[in-house]
Amino acid sequence: MSTNNGNAARPDEAVRQDEVLMPAVDVFEDEGGITLYADLPGVPRDRLSLHVESDTLTIEGQMSPELAGGGEATHVEVAVPRYRRAFTLSRELDVDKVAAAFEHGVLRLRIPKASHARPRRIEVQVG
Amino acid sequence: MLYRSVFPGDLLAQLERLQRGMRAAPELSPSIRGLARGGFPAINVSAGPQSTEIHVFAPGMNPADIELHLEKGVLTIQGERKAEAPAGDEKAAVHIDERFSGRFRRVLTLPEDADPDGVVARYRDGVLHISVSRKQASQPRRIDIQ
Repeated sequence: MSTNNGNAARPDEAVRQDEVLMPAVDVFEDEGGITLYADLPGVPRDRLSLHVESDTLTIEGQMSPELAGGGEATHVEVAVPRYRRAFTLSRELDVDKVAAAFEHGVLRLRIPKASHARPRRIEVQVG
Repeated sequence: MLYRSVFPGDLLAQLERLQRGMRAAPELSPSIRGLARGGFPAINVSAGPQSTEIHVFAPGMNPADIELHLEKGVLTIQGERKAEAPAGDEKAAVHIDERFSGRFRRVLTLPEDADPDGVVARYRDGVLHISVSRKQASQPRRIDIQ
């Protein structure tokens, strides 16, 4: 049921500003802790943000603006340039000892088991 | 033993995937080779006056493991993405398993004026950027009036 007004702004354009993609993740748990891998293709290291507050871990990433490409989009499968996903952590995980590595658009987080939960920012290291 | 837990994130991710599929504009260039929405890797294509820009979202790859072939105007992108297994721990549990692993292959038909010698591919931040220039003769140019 599309109307043929290609140049007119789409009514959902404003909504799209808040839209995010949910990155695909793998989560493994072993005796020592939890390992999380997240696919964030197109996100440069300086546009990745990891945040832990109380028991919530939030992963956010903004794609590089170059990916918008020049010219007219003729085929679009990735329509939103940002990712966000939040996880609830359980109490035995030690958020102070989270280790993060980010390479080729894949984030690897290692969250060891322990106690405590306080807000902090996680530094991303060159993987 | 690996086991999969029933985790609400799985369901949410599936819904999100479904929505993403529906969001994709259906009116864009239906191809006989199919569009494989939601497949891996996701592909964006944009057409500019000098070139066609293709972005292939294939994170976590070794660039050497991606094969690009161009034959008769058909571009094939294939390779294999290895699974990240929990490090040899028998008690490891898999809570969420969404990321693609295994062999993939996607095929694109390039525009007729694509220059087979003008293809440049670069892998950065998990995205393969393929730039295919258009043949000189078909690029827009100004015509002088005599």
